[in-house]
Amino acid sequence: MRRRRWRVVVLTIAAIYFLVPLLSAAEFSLRVPGGGYGLGNYLAIAHDDVLLTSLLTSLQIAVLTAVVVLVLVVPTAVWVRLRFPSVAGLLESATILPIVVPPVVMAAGIAFVQANLGGPVFRTLFASSTTALTPFYVVLALPFAYRAVDNGLAAIPLRTLVEAARNLGAGLPSALVRVVLPAIRTAVLGAAFLTLALVLGEIVIARILLYTDTFPIAVVEVGRSAAGVSVALSLASLLFTWVLLLAVSFAGGGRTRSRRTSA
Amino acid sequence: MTDVITAPQATERGTAVEFRALRRTYGSAHALDGLDLALKPGELLALLGPSGCGKTTALRLLAGFDTPTSGQVLIGGKDVTGIPASKRDTGMVFQAYSLFPTMTAAENVAFGLRMRRVGAAERARRAAELLEVVGLGDRGGSYPHEMSGGQQQRVALARALAVSPSVLLLDEPLSALDARVRVQLRDEIRRVQLAEGITTLFVTHDQAEALAVADRVAVLNKGRLEQVDTPQEVYTRPATEFVAEFVGVTNHVPVEDGRIRPGADTRQVRPEGLTVGDPDGLSGTVLTSTFLGAVTRLVVTTEVGELIVDVTSRPDLPAAGEPTTVTLAP
Repeated sequence: MRRRRWRVVVLTIAAIYFLVPLLSAAEFSLRVPGGGYGLGNYLAIAHDDVLLTSLLTSLQIAVLTAVVVLVLVVPTAVWVRLRFPSVAGLLESATILPIVVPPVVMAAGIAFVQANLGGPVFRTLFASSTTALTPFYVVLALPFAYRAVDNGLAAIPLRTLVEAARNLGAGLPSALVRVVLPAIRTAVLGAAFLTLALVLGEIVIARILLYTDTFPIAVVEVGRSAAGVSVALSLASLLFTWVLLLAVSFAGGGRTRSRRTSA
Repeated sequence: MTDVITAPQATERGTAVEFRALRRTYGSAHALDGLDLALKPGELLALLGPSGCGKTTALRLLAGFDTPTSGQVLIGGKDVTGIPASKRDTGMVFQAYSLFPTMTAAENVAFGLRMRRVGAAERARRAAELLEVVGLGDRGGSYPHEMSGGQQQRVALARALAVSPSVLLLDEPLSALDARVRVQLRDEIRRVQLAEGITTLFVTHDQAEALAVADRVAVLNKGRLEQVDTPQEVYTRPATEFVAEFVGVTNHVPVEDGRIRPGADTRQVRPEGLTVGDPDGLSGTVLTSTFLGAVTRLVVTTEVGELIVDVTSRPDLPAAGEPTTVTLAP
């Protein structure tokens, strides 16, 4: 009973802490000049070509980054768990590095590399923000994606499933695609959405490397001239992330239930 | 229920399997130390031993999940040692949780056929047929999480059989199930195995399970074979001290002229080979008395040590703390 009361108190404090700023922001974003409320700021987003273009650019980077990250992470995590479980700890430490190294330091390093890499390939690569930023965002997203995928793999009897598939005539790639990937789809989706959220919020590297046509930078720029639109935009992207998270938890519902009943 | 298992007869339809001088070492540890063992076509051979004895290693080497340090694995007279698991033509039932969680029972059963590019209609027909064989004809559309542990293992058995493999491999398939389901499924496996006439290697650490279903039992210890024989022979005439200790309970009793005599040469006697209450017997005191249903197990302290005696349950048996006498059962 006492524990329940505490729970209510903690939940209430947390709710106030999170909801008050959100509600204030919502209220602010709905204000119209001269008094009253309206959807003007939200409509302004839809009519701002710069914002929409930057959103498209960032989504492009995000999708590309997510694909590269998953192609790198999923087979690696499976391989390590199946063949080299002893190096799992080492790999985990290695994937933390991008978190440990501050983005500013990383950006400085990248700028140095960028300045010293010649040749037409790199010039083409660095010419557009999509191709230039993707490799760096892959590095940034790696720790989160690796953890998400690895947790997904820990939750299934990976070795048994792969061996069962091989025993039934499937090669390792086929076992991976037909059996393992569907079994960890929630984790893979989670990794993809984490990557998406990261790219839609990353500002340090993009700014230092002077790729200013990405969405987060556009949000900051808009904020300077039109605070209401900027707040509306922040709320809209927050809502977008929530919808994604909700989608993940619904997609994961099946497996959570299955684990409970088979335990 | 036990009819099918009391008179097991191997058929001649299956494929012969042979392990030749099979050795598998991990660093300095010998998981298998020169295993020579042949399975006759259609027979069910139980590979029995304590954990770490090498039985699972032998099974994994046969399935192709591991590579031997030296020696050969032959299926149907053909050396398959270097052939990958996916091309070995074996069907395996794992300990538990091996069903593909995102596929229905029918899709699980049809998976091997899909890998062999069998058409959808034929796959569905065969999956339904196999599910019927294991008594789950109406559960084709169920997902693994909607089925009990016993049902899941039945589906796993159907899945292993769907591709008509040369050899069926059972890796302690009953160990995760509760006692009643375990006995049911054990008999079910034997029924299906006899019906299909498929050569089967059944790995288990449960001696009762091995004795109940197998045509022959191979007892392994520390990577070496101790004895291969019929369940009756292994139980009544254990070849080594280890087999006697591992398969069933054994007393070491000094026997001379058919009587227990302190100081005489010791002989291995099963608990049912002793009885209590004969006035001419060796005196002792009942330490514990455990009612096991049809029989009661008494542990009696005597001058030759503690003796375990299984006697038919009856009301006049001595209770714990009471004096009694022990003799060889007639």
